[in-house]
Amino acid sequence: MSTLAAMAQPLASSAQPLTATAANLVQSVDWLAIAPPTVVAVVGLVVLVADLFVGEQRKALLGWVSVAGLAAAALLLLPLLDGDRSTFCLTGDDAVCSYTADRFTLVIQFLVLGGALLAALLSVTALKDADKRLPEGEYWFLLLSSAAGAALLPASRDLATLIVALEVASLPAFALVGIRPGDRKSSEAALKFFLSSVTATAVSLMGISFVYASTGTLYLTQVADRIQHVDGQLHTLAQTGVVLTLVGFAFKTAAVPFHFWVPDTYVGAPLPIAAYLSVVGKAVGFSGLILITVVALPSYADVWGPALAALAALTMTVGNVGALRQQATRAYSAVRLLAWSSVGQAGYLLVPIAAAAYSDDAERSVGSTVAYALMYAAVNLGAFAVAALVGRTRTANRITDYRGLYATNPFAALLLAFFLLCLAGLPPGIIGLFAKVTVFSAAVDAGLGWLAVVMAVNVVIALFYYLQWTTLLFRAPEGEPAAHRVPAPVTAALVLTGVLGLALSGAPQLVLRFTDTGLF
Amino acid sequence: MIDINESVMQFLLAFVVVGPLLGAVTALLPAPPGLKGKSPEQAVLRHGVTVTGVILIAAIVLALGFDHDHPSKMQATTDISWIPALDVRIHLGIDGISLPLLVLTALLTFLCALYSYFKMPSGPTPKAFVALLLVLESGTLATFAVLDLLLFFLAFETVLIPMYFLIARWGGADRQAAAWRFILYTLLGSVVMLLGLLLIGIKAGTFDMVALATDNGRSLTASVQVIAVLAIGTGLAVKTPMWPLHSWLPDAHTAAPTVGSVLLAGVLLKMGTYGFVRILLPIAPEGFRDFAPYLAALAVVGIIYGSLACLALAKQGAKGDLKRLIAYSSVGHMGFVLLGIATMTPTGVNGALFANIAHGLITGLLFFLVGALKDRTGTTDLDTLAEETGAALYGKAPRLGGLLAFAAVASLGLPGLAGFWGEMLALFGAFKPADDLSRPAFLTFMAIGAFGTLLTAAYMLVVVRRVCMGAVPQDAPRLADVHTYEFAAWTPLVALTVVAGLWPKALLGLTDPAVQQLLAGGNR
Repeated sequence: MSTLAAMAQPLASSAQPLTATAANLVQSVDWLAIAPPTVVAVVGLVVLVADLFVGEQRKALLGWVSVAGLAAAALLLLPLLDGDRSTFCLTGDDAVCSYTADRFTLVIQFLVLGGALLAALLSVTALKDADKRLPEGEYWFLLLSSAAGAALLPASRDLATLIVALEVASLPAFALVGIRPGDRKSSEAALKFFLSSVTATAVSLMGISFVYASTGTLYLTQVADRIQHVDGQLHTLAQTGVVLTLVGFAFKTAAVPFHFWVPDTYVGAPLPIAAYLSVVGKAVGFSGLILITVVALPSYADVWGPALAALAALTMTVGNVGALRQQATRAYSAVRLLAWSSVGQAGYLLVPIAAAAYSDDAERSVGSTVAYALMYAAVNLGAFAVAALVGRTRTANRITDYRGLYATNPFAALLLAFFLLCLAGLPPGIIGLFAKVTVFSAAVDAGLGWLAVVMAVNVVIALFYYLQWTTLLFRAPEGEPAAHRVPAPVTAALVLTGVLGLALSGAPQLVLRFTDTGLF
Repeated sequence: MIDINESVMQFLLAFVVVGPLLGAVTALLPAPPGLKGKSPEQAVLRHGVTVTGVILIAAIVLALGFDHDHPSKMQATTDISWIPALDVRIHLGIDGISLPLLVLTALLTFLCALYSYFKMPSGPTPKAFVALLLVLESGTLATFAVLDLLLFFLAFETVLIPMYFLIARWGGADRQAAAWRFILYTLLGSVVMLLGLLLIGIKAGTFDMVALATDNGRSLTASVQVIAVLAIGTGLAVKTPMWPLHSWLPDAHTAAPTVGSVLLAGVLLKMGTYGFVRILLPIAPEGFRDFAPYLAALAVVGIIYGSLACLALAKQGAKGDLKRLIAYSSVGHMGFVLLGIATMTPTGVNGALFANIAHGLITGLLFFLVGALKDRTGTTDLDTLAEETGAALYGKAPRLGGLLAFAAVASLGLPGLAGFWGEMLALFGAFKPADDLSRPAFLTFMAIGAFGTLLTAAYMLVVVRRVCMGAVPQDAPRLADVHTYEFAAWTPLVALTVVAGLWPKALLGLTDPAVQQLLAGGNR
């Protein structure tokens, strides 16, 4: 990953007048700061190479190496906690850097690595169940590369690195979605995902080039500074650039109208990959959006503020109505419902970013998004873990297949009920409730009353389908329930997410503190 | 009355709120050896009785230890930080307004647990039933004990899921639709309420109810107050329920099991009116003043509407359901409560709080009785029950008939019973509303409300005539009269109805100083 960042570096600095002399062209790199994404990328390469030398019986080893790599990368965040670090700085100006490991970066990296870790745990079982029909080495390599890109993204502070990170996170994801050989639905989903994503990236690249043309820099802090003094003639160009840049990231968050790929992609992809996309894919999108809006373009708040507010309202409404329309008896309806609900949740995530445009303290608002995302990541991955568990015996994964889950597996049923109520934001899902409260509070604080009301209605709509699913879990089962052993990795994922959800419900301050402290 | 150490009081209050939650968790676990009882079902139902009993005792001790000389002072207060980021504090405390409601809740839940021990509603396992009942108790008790706006919201929301399941899993016909309507309506209301609470918290810089009440709305601009009152008021009005937001109530009551109806009417509805008194009156007085006449108008419409609906249901051939009838009568009774609050006078608000408690006792008793009637005859349909001449309960089951008649006359507000004082004081308050409210308007409301009491008397007497009286056919099977466990569950309600009717000062002495202070602002 460091190589990618380093490649982006000269690209970015070439925009500067060449003041640097040959002597200080050699940069010192803070390896510790860039360790988390680097470790993931390196482990990914190791796994890819090792795949060639490991025998058929030992393939499972690759999975555990990947899991360990992700865990190690997450642990490497710990030494970074003591303060902000930056590296790949502009020669001669230490304040302008391409890679910064500040609080925001660390939180999002934790989210991304944690999410990837849980997805990896689910993948271990999924690959075992697939019984050699999925290429293991490639699978792990793709997953880790995508995670590395996603971990790089929140740290990048220039537009070039940002786009490179975005692509590193997305390109392997296309391949992962279409990884089932000979599965038409899978490859169709991958193609859909790929085409729409590439279009969005192209649009966003064009936007970046406009911004670059009008400001002459790619560094976010410098863009923020210079875009206020843009020549009057270039004003329209800069504005167009702002809007186009946002489009690419809105796509990643699956904001309406860039959401249509989500349900088919989630259903077509292997379930752990759908879980990964629903959490890490979103994290990539909204952290990019935050960087571009709040860090790079605060002076254009009057352009992106209303746009994001409208986008948020549309996204949550379309997502929730889509989820509401799911028929419980249709094949894959559980995954489809989670997909649509993730679109709805993306709408809630956008609300505080939109509010940041109107608020005096943008960082506080953005903190609400971060807090909500952490809650969402834990409980949504938990819900996917239960879905993966049920999907082992009921391959169609219909919502009706969850009927009577309590009778066969009370632990999983209670957890799923808890996760769903967290997503709905009702007690006993206390953390879900307070995460929603922070989002509401950001909107009310910013004076976006109408958006808060739209969200209120959406919360009620969402409750309907979440609770409907929850009730089904406790119904009397149809037919003879078949108990089956829960594989260890899935248990681990369930326990991890469950403990996280419960701990957060007891002490919501753990995630909500990001709404109270400076992130950048 | 008795002197109890302050830290013991603190512990008791915290225990009353948290205890049922712990009980709910333990109810889901297998019973420990020695407590297995005759069967797992019996063991868990007994567990429910034990836990609610202990909570009731704690609540009574709390009431005894309460300093009755200073009911306006917040007592047994705990105040610790929970979520600094949102400025949410675990702030608990009771004063003369919340104490009676707290005891009422603990009492009714205990009686419900006791009743279910002997007469478990048909449905899935009692395990889940007991756990849900306890979560419900915790949520309602917390609503009356917390002094932080966001915590209040949390407690307010906690009751939704248990009540939903109680109706949807243990209810009667059409229970699914009724449960959905209940939860979606009240959730929409409470989310809107959350927006208002957030607005107040953000503009005033604190979510602490005591601090906000002391401030008495001085740090909130008039427009903020108006918006906040509109939002919070809507949420509370759905819960109360106020006409025209009441339409979830009759269905929910009709479908709910007996125990669910008792708690719904006896406790859950009070959460709405309590919110009006505790939050809106002291925190946003200016905004509330603007809406008070409208609130009063809707309240009296509710009184008349509820009574007329009941009259229509009580008519012969109307296929009226007794439970639905009592639900509509609740709309009317809660109209009196809202009218009292809307007057913004100590008299009116005291009346409202009194009527709150009285309605909890009397309607709780009525739902118990109708539930018992349904168990015996298999129906609550008035026409089926009464046939041509009347159900003749006096002849078939004299004690049951007598109790039903007692509850009915208590409900219509017979002087000397609990129902009388609240409604009289509420009307009295409307006779002389707060200074800056339009007196002619309130006089009109008072007149309409007084007419409503006549209508209430009319339909209640019709019900008594059709259910209790009538000729007993020779070959009619005798119905089982009141069982011992039913006596045990109902006697406290009957006794308290009489006590509150004959000695209203016991209650008013508690609420009045607290209400005076609440209306005057000032610190506690």
